[in-house]
Amino acid sequence: MRCAMSEMKKGEEGRIVDLKNKGDIRRRLMDIGFTVGTPVRCVGKSPLGDPTAFLIKGAIIALRAEDSAEITIESDTERAVRQRPWD
Amino acid sequence: MGLSRTSTGRKAAETDLPGIGKERNERLIALAGNPNVGKSTVFNGLTGMKQHTGNWTGKTVAGAVGRCRVKEKTILFADLPGCYSLNARSAEESVARDFICFGGADRIAVVCDASCLERNFLLVMQILEAGGDAVVCVNLADEAEKKGLTVDIAALTARLGVPVVSMSARKGKEAFRLLPALEEPGEARVSIRYCPDIEHYITDVSALLCGGGQTRREARFFALRLLDSDPEFTGRLARHLGISDEDYGTSRTLAARLREALEGQPGRSAVDEIAEATAEAAAMATEGIVRQSGRRKAGQSRLDRLLTGRVTGFPIMLLMLLCILWLTVRGANYPSALLSELFASFEEAVRGLLLGIGLPRFPVDLLCEGVIRVTGWVISVMLPPMAIFFPLFTLLEDMGYLPRVAFNLDRCFKKCSACGKQALTMCMGFGCNAAGAVGCRIIDSPRERLIALLTNSFMPCNGRFPMLIAVISMFFASSGILSAGILTLLILFAVLMTLLVSKLLSMTVLKGIPSSFTLELPPYRTPQLGRVLIRSVLDRTVFVLGRAAAVAAPTGLVLWLLANLPFGEGTMLSALSGLLDAPGRLMGLDGVILLAFLLGMPANEIVIPIIMMCYTANGSLVEYTSLGALRQLLTDNGWTAVTALNMVLFTVFHWPCSTTILTIRKETGSLGATAAAVLIPTAIGFLLCCTVRLLSLLF
Repeated sequence: MRCAMSEMKKGEEGRIVDLKNKGDIRRRLMDIGFTVGTPVRCVGKSPLGDPTAFLIKGAIIALRAEDSAEITIESDTERAVRQRPWD
Repeated sequence: MGLSRTSTGRKAAETDLPGIGKERNERLIALAGNPNVGKSTVFNGLTGMKQHTGNWTGKTVAGAVGRCRVKEKTILFADLPGCYSLNARSAEESVARDFICFGGADRIAVVCDASCLERNFLLVMQILEAGGDAVVCVNLADEAEKKGLTVDIAALTARLGVPVVSMSARKGKEAFRLLPALEEPGEARVSIRYCPDIEHYITDVSALLCGGGQTRREARFFALRLLDSDPEFTGRLARHLGISDEDYGTSRTLAARLREALEGQPGRSAVDEIAEATAEAAAMATEGIVRQSGRRKAGQSRLDRLLTGRVTGFPIMLLMLLCILWLTVRGANYPSALLSELFASFEEAVRGLLLGIGLPRFPVDLLCEGVIRVTGWVISVMLPPMAIFFPLFTLLEDMGYLPRVAFNLDRCFKKCSACGKQALTMCMGFGCNAAGAVGCRIIDSPRERLIALLTNSFMPCNGRFPMLIAVISMFFASSGILSAGILTLLILFAVLMTLLVSKLLSMTVLKGIPSSFTLELPPYRTPQLGRVLIRSVLDRTVFVLGRAAAVAAPTGLVLWLLANLPFGEGTMLSALSGLLDAPGRLMGLDGVILLAFLLGMPANEIVIPIIMMCYTANGSLVEYTSLGALRQLLTDNGWTAVTALNMVLFTVFHWPCSTTILTIRKETGSLGATAAAVLIPTAIGFLLCCTVRLLSLLF
């Protein structure tokens, strides 16, 4: 199932399938690992609901909703989302 | 990582890694790497912790240089600001990129985080592409081990062809493992392979440059940067490589043609192709190198759930602030009193001794009331709070909490069309507004960076902080917890004003929409308690004592002369303060206070000593031993709760100190922006004080 990265819930995992961001932020995102095919995991939202933190290539990166909305995710169906007690 | 003499004040703006005084026969090694991988820890480990203790939030935004002695030789190390790629987008990243490309380093050591090696290798691959030989330093091995990750160093070395070392630089001497690796030769066996279109283009450019004296690697690097970098940088690169204007022009045409051709195809662009190829090369270089055994521990996410949780995030942030302030006020109380008494009895002893040997009264008073008293004030009132506040703050920073503050607050900054990283520069401002102004380089968008620069002085710096504590505990709070509470409210108010002014600025002169940004939340790390405490306390002590000697003692002397030598009907100080009395009274202060803030521009530490000096010249205080005595002096001179409140407000909101002004001038390169940085806080302070006075008259 495909969705925008901004719609991911805490604990959900997926793979990047498309990156529509434009301009400087596009290259920046690619430089820190947001390339097509990379798995990401939503780690949680800030107390005020935005930005959201994602685990990507071993690092936690926070993005604002405007930016993560431009990234499309394919949910990992094999690795079903398990809600662990601390998530 | 705590303030040091090199990370604050004018020095903070000056270390921009120029030719850095490299001596002949000395090797220059640059330490590069992603942010938060511990470059500065490696640097400190190698050069000794005296050399450089980083910038305020642990971010190296300007770079530092230090020497390491190995047997007979010395090696010069340059600690570069963190960067994710050689594709600079912020001011701090350009410092790193330019140094890697033009700094003339003999070798580059790329520091990596063992826990996210693949991401770090994007930069490694780019640096290998640029230079061919580098040393890869896989740091934070202990942290990775805790996560059950092991890095196969031997396999990585074999694959890369350049020396690779593993270390946990935070542990004692492990940083020295880098030294033997620096001696080993290396030639990269891996490279980034691009799509055929780009590879053909690279061949074309190389053929064009052929015979110009550039190596193949240089030609390749140059061709690639023509595709993805700004013309200012490529122009410099062309000059650096000795490429003729004609060849430069032709290659640019080739690059433009390729860019166009690629963009003509759906979903392709030169920049994307390069970024994707780099990512792929990084993935290939690290494939199978990192092995996961055992589960990732849950401690990190548990801590994040608490510190950035919806319900708990903000209360914990407030509580931490309150706690730190309370410990500062409480803890500083006793040593402060002790130091003041010590200085008072020292002054008494010196006076007795000098008068006893028959010196005339004038020079003795000059020395005792001028030099000793002002120095005594600065040391006894400034030192203890600083020596407590900063180590505590450094601990928070060391454990990785500050980026979480930015994460929590970003929504507020976004609402004001500003950047969440402004929260980090504000934290730097607590230490020193000049350091905070330099720190604004971490903000990518020029508009948002300027907003952060203009509002940075709203955060009370270390020169003003103790002044606030002193006035608050003299007039408003009898207990430590109450003082801390009032201080917390005051800081919240300052944060609120920062947001408000940021909002106003982005609605008017600095119009724009909030730009995109990425914020990395580094893993929580157990703070190096002992090291941080010792270093930070020592740094503070040295810093305050240095300031006392450099600023307080000489100004004490001059001030006493101004306050005591007859001038007209009174003294110079009384004449000046008389001039300022009308505006001062309008603001619910008086001429003396306003004069003190003006004269205190080089260093806010001396504001209260100036006030004391002016009032004592009126003859009401003979000796000063404690805050109680000072309070008496102030009330004798007409201070009320309103005066004290306005004093507090004006301390937070007034013109920045001269060092900060100079730094802002340097960072913005604009007189207008500098003027705004002076006028905005001054206007706010003026309005606030007038409002408080009006309200006090009404009720």
